[in-house]
Amino acid sequence: MRTDAMLTAYKTIVTREIRRFMRIWPQTLLPPAVTMTLYFIIFGNLIGSRIGAMGGFDYMSFIVPGLIMMAVITSSYANVVSSFFSMKFQRSIEELLVSPVPNWIILAGYVTGGMSRGLGIGLIVTLLSLGFTQLSIHHLPMVILTVFLTSALFSLGGFINAMLATKFDDISIVPTFVLTPLTYLGGVFYSIDMLPGFWQGVSMINPILYMVNAFRYGILGVSDVNPYVALGMILMFIAILSAISLRMLARGKGIRH
Amino acid sequence: MTNALEIEGLVKTYGDGFRALKGIDLHVAEGDFFALLGPNGAGKSTTLGIVCSLVNKSAGKVRVFGSDIDTHLSDAKLNLGVVPQEFNFNQFEKVFDIVTTQAGYYGIPLKKASESAEKYLRQLGLWDKRDTPAMMLSGGMKRRLMIARALVHEPKLLILDEPTAGVDIELRRSMWTFLEAMNRRGTTIILTTHYLEEAEALCRNIAIIDHGRILRNTSKKELLQQLSSETFVLDTAKPLEKAPELDGFYNHLDDEGALVVDVQKGQSLNGMFIQLENQGIRVVSMRTKANRLEELFVRMVEDNNTSVAKQGETA
Repeated sequence: MRTDAMLTAYKTIVTREIRRFMRIWPQTLLPPAVTMTLYFIIFGNLIGSRIGAMGGFDYMSFIVPGLIMMAVITSSYANVVSSFFSMKFQRSIEELLVSPVPNWIILAGYVTGGMSRGLGIGLIVTLLSLGFTQLSIHHLPMVILTVFLTSALFSLGGFINAMLATKFDDISIVPTFVLTPLTYLGGVFYSIDMLPGFWQGVSMINPILYMVNAFRYGILGVSDVNPYVALGMILMFIAILSAISLRMLARGKGIRH
Repeated sequence: MTNALEIEGLVKTYGDGFRALKGIDLHVAEGDFFALLGPNGAGKSTTLGIVCSLVNKSAGKVRVFGSDIDTHLSDAKLNLGVVPQEFNFNQFEKVFDIVTTQAGYYGIPLKKASESAEKYLRQLGLWDKRDTPAMMLSGGMKRRLMIARALVHEPKLLILDEPTAGVDIELRRSMWTFLEAMNRRGTTIILTTHYLEEAEALCRNIAIIDHGRILRNTSKKELLQQLSSETFVLDTAKPLEKAPELDGFYNHLDDEGALVVDVQKGQSLNGMFIQLENQGIRVVSMRTKANRLEELFVRMVEDNNTSVAKQGETA
């Protein structure tokens, strides 16, 4: 396939993905906006005012970066897992399989689609947070790099989940029992300095902790971990999950007999 | 002439050990209208699935217009259009979007894709439905949508797996006319069908597959010549109360009262007409019964089943 043809195919997949989540915006864009607003009101305003400072900042300012990241992570993952699995379920994935689109373009298209929704939600939540607190950016490149790479990583995670899933239950197991607990325990609502030594150690094996803290560093300038180590980890995970995804596509795991 | 499709030694063994294809060889010439016939589970869809990259082969070679799917898969796919047996589009998407998106997957820019989509949606009578979500279409419209989608990138080889399954007679005939016109314009067409009348009406060459093996691969003409008898349907001037006595010709009345006569190879039709004339029966029209291929197909598959059963007994 020629380069310009591949670019057209890539744009087609991305456009289709964006059209899909925009068409069902009450399911895709509205819920995280409502949920995050409730978090800002309840945890930030009502409870946060009694908690006091955390990491040198008022509680609302402290949790905003984590909540933005939480929305980006869940939306990026949810977009790819539900879209790709629906295509498998309806067999419309065959439209792609019979076409000459290379596997890496298919993967790039879906990941970009997931990132479009994830980053779009991130932007919506950021704008909503401005109604509750003032955001100052400490390190813009770190903010952009962290949010883009994290969104890409969880889009890849959603893609692998969708490739392995054989029924609708399978696409909700990972978000419910893995992603949500890891996100809540990933330092969104607290600094791990508050934890006993043992649990601080346990927290350090949670990859989401690194992403949340790298992003928080970019906005507030404070972090429980070295943000550059966090970036390195995200890049390493992206490389690993990309390789796994491409391998699965080449073998036709769950999509070819 | 280049072959549109070349299949050599194609084998498919599924994960559960079932051997769907046991070494298939098949050549389809460019410009042909070719039928792949076989009973359910014979291996038709598996064969076409491998050609279209929907099924991984276990062994063998497949070339589409000379492009080997192992080494030049992208080139092979560019020449292929596929109409599957089951509806396989996103039911929530609009008709126009489904077709232009498919064009995009082939690298066709949106402007050109839109023109091509309009051309085929108009030809297939779906232009008025272009903004309708696919789930709102009737079964026949969905089938036509899949044909428009398969043609949007102007493939040289069109593969149709049971294209008229569940379609009413009128629509089936209009689809035949459309496919015949496509074939006349140079598109090679391969179809599988359960309607043997369809294969007999449309195709020039036919392969019969059963239990993962090709039983016959020849021209329709040659295949039909194997029939030792031909069946004629005669409409008479006056309705007959019972089938006449015709020496040497087996005959009966069909449900509509027409006289159905079997004529063996070498028998003279004149002999039949003389006997009818002598009995005061005047024939006003005559046609051949259109299910000749069906008779042959059933016989071949039955013979093969017997042979497979015997092999099973001795194994």
